[in-house]
Amino acid sequence: MTPLLKVEALSKHYGRHLGCGDVNFTLWPGEVMGIVGESGSGKSTLLNCLAGHLAPDTGRVIFETRAHGPRDTVTMTEPERRWLARTEWAFVHQNPRDGLRMGVSAGGNVGERLMAVGARHYGEIRAQAEDWLGRVEIDPTRIDERPRAFSGGMRQRLQIARNLVTGPRLALMDEPTGGLDVSVQARLLDLLRGLVRRLGLSAVIVTHDLAVVRLLADRLMVMKDGRVVEEGLTDQVLDDPQHAYTQLLVSSVLQV
Amino acid sequence: MIEIRGVGKQFVLHNQGGIVLPVIQGADISVCRGECVALVGASGAGKSTLMRMIWGNYRCDEGSIRVAGVEISGAEPRQVLDLRGKSMGYVSQFLRLIPRVPTRQIVAEPLLAAGMNEAAAFARAEAMLARLNIPERLWSLSPTTFSGGEQQRLNIARGFILDLPVLLLDEPTASLDAVSCAVVLDLVCEAKARGAAILGIFHDAAARDSVCDREIDMTRFTPARRVA
Repeated sequence: MTPLLKVEALSKHYGRHLGCGDVNFTLWPGEVMGIVGESGSGKSTLLNCLAGHLAPDTGRVIFETRAHGPRDTVTMTEPERRWLARTEWAFVHQNPRDGLRMGVSAGGNVGERLMAVGARHYGEIRAQAEDWLGRVEIDPTRIDERPRAFSGGMRQRLQIARNLVTGPRLALMDEPTGGLDVSVQARLLDLLRGLVRRLGLSAVIVTHDLAVVRLLADRLMVMKDGRVVEEGLTDQVLDDPQHAYTQLLVSSVLQV
Repeated sequence: MIEIRGVGKQFVLHNQGGIVLPVIQGADISVCRGECVALVGASGAGKSTLMRMIWGNYRCDEGSIRVAGVEISGAEPRQVLDLRGKSMGYVSQFLRLIPRVPTRQIVAEPLLAAGMNEAAAFARAEAMLARLNIPERLWSLSPTTFSGGEQQRLNIARGFILDLPVLLLDEPTASLDAVSCAVVLDLVCEAKARGAAILGIFHDAAARDSVCDREIDMTRFTPARRVA
């Protein structure tokens, strides 16, 4: 088996301030990795470097493309990167507004991504959009409504449908459950868990919620001040944390 | 099937003055196919800690732990997960609940993950639930509101649903009534008969005596407590 993603010595500074420094990991097909850490720990910077939204200062991000095998996404051209972003990657933003077109219908939001990869048959695009709305538990009769008319949880599920419709292999998620009510969060988590397993998707999920990673992630990376301080099997990092910061993080969770 | 050599473990509490708590030292244990071995010793002797080290959610600081030929100490996350899916089961005292997922699904999940089709997996899950006296009206509900004993039986159902070659049982009969307890002991005997290697903690001496072939006293491996 070849790794889907290999990150080597990735660093990003904002001026003199360290965003994230010397990050290394290998993600295998079907593996879900969580990244936790407090605000400002560099987890979103790292995710955005992986997605090509930010250019890292140093390091390599080798992605196993379907067509051309392993390629460094840092040095590839912008059009190549955009094509990967539309076909092989999914990026789920914390705020669905950043990942959706709010003025376009739900069906249009899903169909747009299909059209971007060459789909032209209106009936088929609509049928696929309906199918995906159903999979993310949005009533398909609301296909012509705009996301403005949807609740926060529905918008987030629509964003997920829009991202997954083209069959990506790597999903990058930035706080996918942030800002949602806990009841809505539970539904979304259960849905994500099912989708990730059924589609055999690899994913990197950034969150500050340890319960989310416990449920979704196979392995975990803990970041502090731009550095990875601990990583390993999710339940090992949470049940037997080694680093002082991880111990503090785990013991700070309030019991309900 | 389980080979433990020179295993040691200590906890370092960085946020409580850097206290070092040595828990296990020089543990050597092996469990063969078709054998059920009980870990005994007072609370705090490191029984559950050792179980978790074998399961992989506690890190092994020193020594070697091999399960079904795979070295757990220092293994990659995906190696441990692969081992858990194919070779090793763990019945803990606590059920980790996943919101919204119904009982039937929770029990069938290991089968589905192993590639069985839904109809067959659900049929087998239902047979197991029935055997453990979980009323049929509960099968489609999430176990969030179940009693402690019901949740415990769900854990057992999940642990025994696949015929795994290695089983770790952390007090499988705690909080169970006599009838359910007997069913669990039957399951353990059946697993032994098909050649599973079982390591267990049983506080109930009668239950322990009825299924275990030998006992290992964990206090033998408990280091003297000192504060660093």
